[in-house]
Amino acid sequence: MIYPLTEEQQMIKETARRLAKERIVPRRTELDEKEEFPWDILKEMAELDLFGIFIPEAYGGLGFGCFENALAVEEIAWGCAGMATTYAASGLAAYPILLFGNEEQKTKYLSEIAKGHKLAAFALSESQAGSDASAIQTTATANGNYYILNGIKQWITGGGEADVYIVIAVTDKQKGTRGVSAFIVEKGDPGLSFGKKERKMGIRASVTREVILGDCRIPKERLIGREGIGFIIAMRTLDYSRPGVGAIGVGLAQGALDEAVKYAKQRYQFGQPIISFQAVGHMLAEMATQIEAARALVYAVCRYIDAKAKDFSKYSAMSKLFASDMAMKVTTDAVQILGGCGYTKDYPVEKMMRDAKILQIYEGTNQIQRNILAQALNKEYGKV
Amino acid sequence: MNFIVCLKQVPETESVKIDKKTGTLIRAGVKGIINPYDLYALEAALRLKETYGGQITVISMGPPQTEEALREAISYGADKAILLSDRLFAGADTLATSYTLAQAIKKIDNFDLVLCGKEAIDGNTAQVGPELAQRLSLPYITYVHKIKIENGKVIAERSLEDGCQTLTSSLPALMTVVKEIGQVRLPSIRGKMQAKKAHISTWGAKDIFAIEEKIGFTGSATRVIKIFSPPLREGREIISGTADEQVRKLLGHLQSQGILK
Repeated sequence: MIYPLTEEQQMIKETARRLAKERIVPRRTELDEKEEFPWDILKEMAELDLFGIFIPEAYGGLGFGCFENALAVEEIAWGCAGMATTYAASGLAAYPILLFGNEEQKTKYLSEIAKGHKLAAFALSESQAGSDASAIQTTATANGNYYILNGIKQWITGGGEADVYIVIAVTDKQKGTRGVSAFIVEKGDPGLSFGKKERKMGIRASVTREVILGDCRIPKERLIGREGIGFIIAMRTLDYSRPGVGAIGVGLAQGALDEAVKYAKQRYQFGQPIISFQAVGHMLAEMATQIEAARALVYAVCRYIDAKAKDFSKYSAMSKLFASDMAMKVTTDAVQILGGCGYTKDYPVEKMMRDAKILQIYEGTNQIQRNILAQALNKEYGKV
Repeated sequence: MNFIVCLKQVPETESVKIDKKTGTLIRAGVKGIINPYDLYALEAALRLKETYGGQITVISMGPPQTEEALREAISYGADKAILLSDRLFAGADTLATSYTLAQAIKKIDNFDLVLCGKEAIDGNTAQVGPELAQRLSLPYITYVHKIKIENGKVIAERSLEDGCQTLTSSLPALMTVVKEIGQVRLPSIRGKMQAKKAHISTWGAKDIFAIEEKIGFTGSATRVIKIFSPPLREGREIISGTADEQVRKLLGHLQSQGILK
């Protein structure tokens, strides 16, 4: 690869890659078929220190940044995008605590997440509030030393398996998005339950469930920051996590390309390996170039974030948008190149194509990403 | 508990060359890997350390590049590593190797269990473990796939061709392990970082009070005369038919080739 990495970055990448190659790839078909939650692989990830990459050393993490996290996410996604989603989603949910939590919250939760002892989940979406996140209806009512939460969160990655949930709820309906707050809800809190597991097209090694809050009572210390900044917390969190989705796209697409090239070299038709035909060779060339371009964008955005950039929503959106659209195209092309074989479950590419689709949908649909970008451009260019 | 794991760096099979003079492998400059069975021995030690606590020291006799293998062992979780390296150690057969390792272990002195892989994938003699135990006067159990420590004794299950055998031994002892001991873990990020920083001592012949006649090429009782790939047999024939027919055909062959009158 063309990026100079420090020794530590190499170590992170190699560790994730070995895990993907030796533990994930042999199991991915089975995990996909059975839709099983891969506790054993997650346990090993924890032992390899993969969960605490961007969490500060003071809280038990390795103290690296967005870039190092992306390196790991990319390699895991190369193995299986479902595993990468489970992994990345727990990281995503740690961000609200990391960015806005108080010392007590950071100490209590971050080290458990960094050690991989507890998985985290981010609960924003609802059935009536997907792209329109401001339409959320889950409420949090102050009650003495507690808050009582009521509502149903939908499409929650890790729902039911995670121990720590970041729930975005309305504390003051009158104030619109300024009346929304972020809370930490733990498995075991009274009134917290889960819906059935969604049966998904792809990323089936990742579990998606409804998170149901029925008079869920939590101590008031679980409020993150203060009332009214919940929306900001959510949006900021997504800004940090979108490059991670980009990294999943890059890793997934790379895996698909690897399969496609390998296949094209050994599949003979008309007396030649099909890679020697321009139609196929050019497809592979496009795929490789697009992957490299997406990688460059994701890496650049990560480094920008790690350099303590103040305003990077626009770039995060770009990295997610480009890499996810690219992954959908590359995985689809990979199936095409593997032809009939690619269409069967005996080869890994049909799963990769099914996995890729969600990247264009979750963490803000690509239509929303384009909205964000258009608004950012509009603002940037000021008055004309 | 103090564990010693003996490790050998072996050539990666694709890139091996042979010194025509001595008939031994030219190890310098060839990519080395930790002998897979020794990784299993290390994994066994790591699991025992997790259960019973203690420290793991890995030792290896080899040229300077062996240090990479020792660092890798630290990345898996070994606490300390010692490289036995000296020009005088070169060209050692199993007798000289076990002598050298034994001298080093005598110098380390404080240990409860020595773990080795069942054999090296380049020599495949499986002799060093047992020889080492003899030199150290340790009870030893080979082909172990399960280890438990109870009341200061070690209980080991070993794999035999036709079954399993469970043996109990006092400590200290030596064991050679097979791959059924358990899946080797992957090195963690912290492990790799520690490996990079680790200080690895190098001991030469003088450091381990080795008698020159007993080490290296001079200390070897066996010589590698030749290493060659066995020639592919040509002209194979499968004799088919009933038992009677096969016997008749075989007899015919042996007679026509003058092997039988």
